[in-house]
Amino acid sequence: MNPTEPLLSVQNLKTYFFLDEGTVKAVDGVDFDVYPGQVVGIVGESGCGKSVTIKSVLRLTQKPGRIVEGKILFRSQRVTDADSGSDVIDLTTLDPHGKRMRSIRGAEIAMIPQEPMASFSPVHTVGNQLIEAIRLHEDVSKEEARQIAIERLHEVGMPNPEQRLDAYSWELSGGLRQRAMIAMSLSCNPHLLIADEPTTAIDVTTQAQVLNLLRSLQKMHNMSIIFITHDLGVIAQVADYVVVMYLGRVMETGPVDDIFHNPLHPYTKALLKSIPSIYSPSGTELPTIEGSIPHPFSRPSGCPFYPRCEAFMAGVCNAKDPELQSINERQSVSCFLYEEKQMQPS
Amino acid sequence: MVQYIIKRLLLLPLLLFIFSIFAFVLIQAPPGDFVTSYIAELAASGSSVDQAQIDALRSMYGLDQPMYVQYFHWMGRMLHGDLGASLDWKRPIAELIRERVMLTVLLGAFTFVLTWALAIPIGIIGATKQYSFLDYFFTVFNYIGIATPTFMTALILMWLAFSWFGISVTGLFSAEYVDAPWTLAKFIDLLKHIWLPVLILALDGTARLARIMRANLLDELNKPYVEMARAKGMSEWRLVLKYPVRMAINPLISTIGWYLPLLFSGSVIVATVLNLPTIGPMLLRSLTNQDMFLAGAIIMIYLFLAIIGTLISDILLAWLDPRIRMES
Repeated sequence: MNPTEPLLSVQNLKTYFFLDEGTVKAVDGVDFDVYPGQVVGIVGESGCGKSVTIKSVLRLTQKPGRIVEGKILFRSQRVTDADSGSDVIDLTTLDPHGKRMRSIRGAEIAMIPQEPMASFSPVHTVGNQLIEAIRLHEDVSKEEARQIAIERLHEVGMPNPEQRLDAYSWELSGGLRQRAMIAMSLSCNPHLLIADEPTTAIDVTTQAQVLNLLRSLQKMHNMSIIFITHDLGVIAQVADYVVVMYLGRVMETGPVDDIFHNPLHPYTKALLKSIPSIYSPSGTELPTIEGSIPHPFSRPSGCPFYPRCEAFMAGVCNAKDPELQSINERQSVSCFLYEEKQMQPS
Repeated sequence: MVQYIIKRLLLLPLLLFIFSIFAFVLIQAPPGDFVTSYIAELAASGSSVDQAQIDALRSMYGLDQPMYVQYFHWMGRMLHGDLGASLDWKRPIAELIRERVMLTVLLGAFTFVLTWALAIPIGIIGATKQYSFLDYFFTVFNYIGIATPTFMTALILMWLAFSWFGISVTGLFSAEYVDAPWTLAKFIDLLKHIWLPVLILALDGTARLARIMRANLLDELNKPYVEMARAKGMSEWRLVLKYPVRMAINPLISTIGWYLPLLFSGSVIVATVLNLPTIGPMLLRSLTNQDMFLAGAIIMIYLFLAIIGTLISDILLAWLDPRIRMES
């Protein structure tokens, strides 16, 4: 696979929820690329649209949610485009329940859910669900699938995988359960793994183990990962590239080092400032972002962040929509502070 | 698991014993006894009875003894497998109710199967195609089913059958088979008649069960394990049937326990309207006539069914749900 071409390219994605009370623009024009072997972290507060973004990529948004605009271009090895015969498929054109989408979902794009406990069926064994995942996409017998399942469990560091296959998910500890879930997601060697806050439901020590495991599996299989989290610490640990989201829009994107050491957007700066540090003298008050996320029905016009922004420019930020544009060869920002700088001839 | 079932079976006689005391006391609770209602009946037809005769009748039936003595006599006979004789019908109870119990069980079993066969698919369609035309159609159908008393449905269907086809649909047998010994022809005749009461009772049950199934499934459809199954690339129908439907049926399994006796007693009014030779109308008559041994025997059968029904649903639940199996 050509590493210089994106595996997944999300372009101007808009996913709206049409409720009786009004339309919620959960994702409102999101752009980002995922290259082969890259770990992209999407970070943002609850309600910023990060989960809806990845559900849209998987084509799992449920009514009344719908993708209204944009493209999700994915380089597939199982499905080719119906018209052009190209291996780059626009996933938004596929029927979400159709055969083509289903042969991508689970096989080429896999998901690790937020709550492994609730994501396993409690009345089926772990093995039943693992073997099922394998046989959905690979033409193997039950016995062969069982062997693959045991290998996969072994790979994620599950002790006694043969016995664990016949266990129920609630008989496993939190960490093992998430490992079993990872084994299931990786069962068909996906090229893109989407991890939706996979460590929020487990304790911090186990969390570190699971992150290390994901990172080493990613290197081993040369997978791409989209990692969703609200935890900047986790982002720093796993991601190569970061997408910062706020109210359904991308605020800033860039390599993880630049985002942490040279944040450009006022929102990114504010987020980084509110991380507690062991170097700050005790008794110092932790900075927070003023105000709270606006209600989805009363989105501000213009830049969604302006009511809480320290660098708010009246008449500019609340009048027009800022566009995401490259500032240097690495970072892109959606903020008027940089548009003006660019416009000035230097 | 086996241990659990054995434990439950050992508990069965004790439960029956306790319930039998309640049953006996309750049957005795109305003022007067069989002799009182017998005399009232005689008086209504113009004849009178003197006190000596009344006392003789009472002591003949053992009604002059204290209640606990009567209970132990009754219980003692039951333990020997003798249900006693009906005071009203002057015949052994076992002989009196044997065929009726069998017909009731048959009616109940058919109704049960039809109810589940209709309600589960209707509930699944209602939940998976929520707010579609089919969902609204079944919702209206279900509300009508719940709101219409079964005897009303029975009367309407009887009238329709009579006015359109000129046939009488009461009873479970054609006239020539009522007292005939059991043959294949009689059984076929039974099947020709039993479908109507089965349909009437099943429509009522279906309406209720389908609503519960729909609500349960709607709850399950939003659970993360359903989304995970979708994320694996399973087809929608296959995953719905394998995961959420299985979970949504589980709570219904425990209703089988009280469904069994309910089918027996719940059909009393329909059975009366349709003149069915089942156990319900007989219980009603035995209670009004204070035929205490007959009423007692029928109620003991009900209780037995209630306990067995609960046991069956517990075993089924444990078999279907590993979480319950492991606990016990």
